Amino acid sequence: MSAALDLLSWALLVAGGAFCVIGALGLVRLRGFFPRTHGASVIDSAGAGLILAGLLLQAGWTLVAVKLLVIGLLIFFASPTATHALANAALERGLKLDEHGAAPSKR
Amino acid sequence: MMFAAAALALLVALGLALSRALAGPTVFDRALAANSIGTLAMLMLAVFGFLTGRPEFLDLAILYGLLNVIGTIAVLKFFRYGDLGDPGGAEAKR
Repeated sequence: MSAALDLLSWALLVAGGAFCVIGALGLVRLRGFFPRTHGASVIDSAGAGLILAGLLLQAGWTLVAVKLLVIGLLIFFASPTATHALANAALERGLKLDEHGAAPSKR
Repeated sequence: MMFAAAALALLVALGLALSRALAGPTVFDRALAANSIGTLAMLMLAVFGFLTGRPEFLDLAILYGLLNVIGTIAVLKFFRYGDLGDPGGAEAKR
């Protein structure tokens, strides 16, 4: 049972690290601000979620698990809010999109 | 060992995000990269606590996450109104 939990934790941690690197690569390689928000979203959702799940399996039923859940909820609610505020501010400022992004909507 | 692997991946991701924060052409790119760096630093703190067998680092991670959100919103407000004390709302002022 413990070996199986360790194996699952290994898989979750490695997958989370891989998604973090993929998101950071997207942050560097994608062109334009609005495509780059997708890379940041990968870090916030898949990377953080998988790594915290892997740590949660190692923590067991302790106070540490509660703290990990609090961190997970904080990232889950706050990061999309911050990203939305950023994209909204960029749109309000009239940030130009290149040929890879959609045209800004008329309001 | 598994925590070391995750910490290494997080360090690589932090380096990439830092390069975007340094190179980003607009202020929004820099703010987005800074937000990602904050999230990655939270994860790094959590993994580091497990790596060294001291899970008390999770408290620092919670604090860092709270500061990260406030910091991002504060930077956005500063670049929109030019003053952190501005009450906002007056959209037609500029």
